[in-house]
Amino acid sequence: MASYSTNEFKAGLKVMLDNDPCAIIENEFVKPGKGQAFNRVKIRNLKTGRVIERTFKSGDSLEGADVVDVAMQYLYNDGEFRHFMVPDTFEQYQCDEKAVGEASKWLKDQDSCTVTLWNDAPLSVSPANFVELAIVETDPGVRGDTSGGGGKPATLETGAVVRVPLFVQQGEVIKVDTRTGEYISRVKE
Amino acid sequence: MLNEWQPACSIENLRLRAQVFEDIRQFFSARAVLEVETPLLSHSSGTDPQLDFFTTDYCSPPLQHTLFLQTSPEFAMKRLLAAGSGSIYQICKAFRNGESGRFHNPEFTLLEWYRVGFTLPQLMDEIAELMGVLFSGHRTLNPTQRFGYQEIFHRYTGLNPLEFSYHDYCAYARDNHMPEAVSICGYDHALWLDFIFSHNVQPQLGENAVCMVYGYPACQSSLARINEYNSQVTDRVEVFVNGIELGNGYYELTDAKEQGRRFDEEMSIRKQTNRPVTVKDKHLIAALEAGLPECSGMAMGLDRLLMLLANSASINDVLNFPIHRA
Repeated sequence: MASYSTNEFKAGLKVMLDNDPCAIIENEFVKPGKGQAFNRVKIRNLKTGRVIERTFKSGDSLEGADVVDVAMQYLYNDGEFRHFMVPDTFEQYQCDEKAVGEASKWLKDQDSCTVTLWNDAPLSVSPANFVELAIVETDPGVRGDTSGGGGKPATLETGAVVRVPLFVQQGEVIKVDTRTGEYISRVKE
Repeated sequence: MLNEWQPACSIENLRLRAQVFEDIRQFFSARAVLEVETPLLSHSSGTDPQLDFFTTDYCSPPLQHTLFLQTSPEFAMKRLLAAGSGSIYQICKAFRNGESGRFHNPEFTLLEWYRVGFTLPQLMDEIAELMGVLFSGHRTLNPTQRFGYQEIFHRYTGLNPLEFSYHDYCAYARDNHMPEAVSICGYDHALWLDFIFSHNVQPQLGENAVCMVYGYPACQSSLARINEYNSQVTDRVEVFVNGIELGNGYYELTDAKEQGRRFDEEMSIRKQTNRPVTVKDKHLIAALEAGLPECSGMAMGLDRLLMLLANSASINDVLNFPIHRA
């Protein structure tokens, strides 16, 4: 892998830090007029998701990390691993629960998602920004209620719980924004 | 991008710059300080171990010379002072290679002025007056603050900046979530001070106020004079507003021998750190030998000053064509 100098640290660049793959979030050039130049860098550890701040002497470099985002289809859960496939090549990958993380509550069989690979091994899974899922359990709505205020919890087929308007019924399919976990609309079958 | 031909700053900020230049010229004209202009290109350069230069080739067949773009007009202005110019100022471009960021553009605008007969406290009075004039009508500042470097460093870190204690400095770095400082700074006292000051002291300085820090440790003296009463500190001042470094001033070193010695020292540091070789400015040494009058001088970054006046977060907001559009 190529190495990158501090002045190439741009948001999104993937580098190795303390033996973990990381993504640069922010890079600030700090230099006293008469002193040493530093780069104060905000970095996300892609394994743990934690964001840390680290300072480098300007001109120092880090090794690049072989991290790529690949669009895949979620196949099934065998109890221990979740299995994904690259639609073009039929290549399959298995991910443990740690790598799947929060994404697990939005993943339905056959859905598309993004799997981040590090040295060709799954590092994390991101669901699509919007998913359509059926409600398996929610209290019956109050008659005459329109979409205004309040709402009620609804459990979706993947296990996620989201707040939905009172008029939304059990068995209906809804559209959810996975980044915020918010209900967007009902989906007409 | 399609709109890269356009200026990065607003037309309003073009006007603000013009207004600031006018205010500065009025300020110095009223004080009988002479406006001067000196070359941007020079046969020699500063020896500052932390600065990288732009060089260019001067072709005048059969001769060919490398010329340097100035990192500040300091040397040329001191030659004028030695020649009897009296107090002088200029607004000019300066160039520092590789410096780019929210507060840096490799080509930037400096206001530099020298006051013959001024001590550092007198210069600081004048800085406060000038800042008052420039900020009036834009922003109401809290009263100007003045701190000794040792005092302010100790206040925010509990450390003594004048005595290097490797153990204390390392413990501080570990306790303050910057363990990397230990490997970056090692046993380099000046580097430790740069690191800790720029991370944990500077951001706290001058909340909506002009904050002047004077009496820098002798290991960060550059071209300032060692203090008459305390040889551990130099007569150097830095000016901050909202944690942003605006400028740097000295009670100027007039001793040619001492200056020559510091140049040699800085050049050997440059060699050790593999920085490009520089050419010592013989004219400056000669001017100091001829006699530089007792004076104090200040350099202020006008782009950052404009950032503060315009309340902007990036230097690009006040430059028409920052480096990537130039």
